Amino acid sequence: MSDLEDLYQEIILDHNKRPRNHGKLEVSNRTAEGFNPLCGDHVDISINVEDGIVKEVAFEGSGCAISTASASIMTEELKGKTLAEAKELFKKFHSMITGEERETTEETGLGKLDVFSGVCRYPARVKCATLAWHTVNAALDGDGEAVSTE
Amino acid sequence: MDASPLDIDRIRRDFPILQKTVNDKPLVYLDNAATAQKPQAVIDAISNYYSGCNANVHRGVHRLSVDATDAYEGARSKIREFIGAGRVEEIIYVRGATEAINLVAQTYGQANVGTGDEVIISTLEHHSNIVPWQILCKQLGATLRVVPINDAGEFLFDEYEAMLGPRTKLVAINHVSNALGTINPVKRIVEKAHEHGAAVLVDGAQAVPHVMVDVRALDCDFYTFSSHKLFGPTGVGALYGKFDILEAMPLYQSGGDMIKSVTFEKTTYNDLPYRFEAGTPNIAGAVGLGAAIDYVTELGMDNIARYEHDLGRYAAEALSSVPEVRLIGTAREKAAVVSFVVDGVHPHDIGTILDQEGIAIRTGHHCAQPVMERFGVVATARASMAFYNTRDEIDKLVDAVTKVIKVFR
Ligand SMILES: Cc1ncc(COP(=O)(O)O)c(C=O)c1O
Repeated sequence: MSDLEDLYQEIILDHNKRPRNHGKLEVSNRTAEGFNPLCGDHVDISINVEDGIVKEVAFEGSGCAISTASASIMTEELKGKTLAEAKELFKKFHSMITGEERETTEETGLGKLDVFSGVCRYPARVKCATLAWHTVNAALDGDGEAVSTE
Repeated sequence: MDASPLDIDRIRRDFPILQKTVNDKPLVYLDNAATAQKPQAVIDAISNYYSGCNANVHRGVHRLSVDATDAYEGARSKIREFIGAGRVEEIIYVRGATEAINLVAQTYGQANVGTGDEVIISTLEHHSNIVPWQILCKQLGATLRVVPINDAGEFLFDEYEAMLGPRTKLVAINHVSNALGTINPVKRIVEKAHEHGAAVLVDGAQAVPHVMVDVRALDCDFYTFSSHKLFGPTGVGALYGKFDILEAMPLYQSGGDMIKSVTFEKTTYNDLPYRFEAGTPNIAGAVGLGAAIDYVTELGMDNIARYEHDLGRYAAEALSSVPEVRLIGTAREKAAVVSFVVDGVHPHDIGTILDQEGIAIRTGHHCAQPVMERFGVVATARASMAFYNTRDEIDKLVDAVTKVIKVFR
């Protein structure tokens, strides 16, 4: 597989074209806004948490394929997770993308999120892949401030 | 193409970085509007300065200091001649276009713009020619007015004329737009402003590397450019100002070199241009800029402009022949800059895929968000050319864009 196909895998292209959970939740109790001042990418996250469990997540915004697919796949992966599990997943995802703890080519244990493992070889694109995640993290922390990748 | 007097193969050999490969492909550098590459002559001038005559300027009687001062002041003379200024006192060294605009806003602007007055800019401006005026207007209770552009990205002259009035104190306009490449009718803009008694600052950051500039013919009050876009080093640039205007202007930064004598009771300020150059300047940078001016002068600005004009048109035609590509900015008078978007593909993804092919372009808002907003896009991909670029490289760009479209189909 060429580097490029490694970055733009079929599943990423698919989520870019048909993002899942795209829009704004009618009922939500955690929201946050994230932007990347470098490229003007922007995402709004709304989450509905019940009994400490993420019931629904949706996102809205404009961005490149990497950031759109990352947000889309993230919403699927977060559904049904406890708050602690969601935070843990963010941490793992973040360290995979930034290339920490990745000596082997073995599975990262991140399942579907593994498709983003190629991003760590494109330092200029790390922020694209992590914008939605940073924003969810801020929404779960509930400080309501807009987050920026800078 | 008509035979250009420029020997591009030979010219390319003058630029060490152009021999480089990126991702195992020969580098195709099409991000010249962000910063231009440096010929060996510039690199050598800086290196020779440090190894042969480094000393502080304007303050030593020793040999090295005299040599350093000569080199530094020699570069100032080259700048004067290059942009057609009348006197060397009219050339002030700055860090770049950004600092020059801030300098004018906080000196001339502070002294000449009052509450209720107006400063005019255009939709095409780089953020560096927007924010300093916004800040000034806020400080003074003045109003910032913005001349709109048409769908081709052209300055709307009639709207500008209608905006001018007794309240207009300053017009700040770029000579060439960095985001779209539009060449503005600066001479006419200046003429009209002067009819209303307003001064004009021209941001020439994107013009000086590509067209012949004559500040006296333009009759502008201020003109500025950055060395790094003119194949010179970063961290230095020039501000031209008409002598009488500079003479009357309040101070900018203060300290050493900008004074004649200092006692605790009274300081006498230095003459032009030193009055606006507090502190030890970027001497090596100025020397490098002088070498860059020698280099492009040797090639001939007219030859450069003609060659690039042809290349820019070739690029615009080649890209627009791809059905999924939409050009943003199609002004009749245009520099060799092609801004474009591809249906359904974010510019960042274009940039990453092109990089795999060794092609460097800029993707994003180009520090000109109001331009993006005007065209209803968040970002564009931009290929900006210099005289060392070739039709062959443009063909590679078009092939790579076609590849992008395939990946995203
Ligand atoms: C039109 C224009 N003006 C001003 C600037 C600012 O130049 P600098 O960053 O060198 O100060 C730029 C740089 O991109 C530009 O393109």
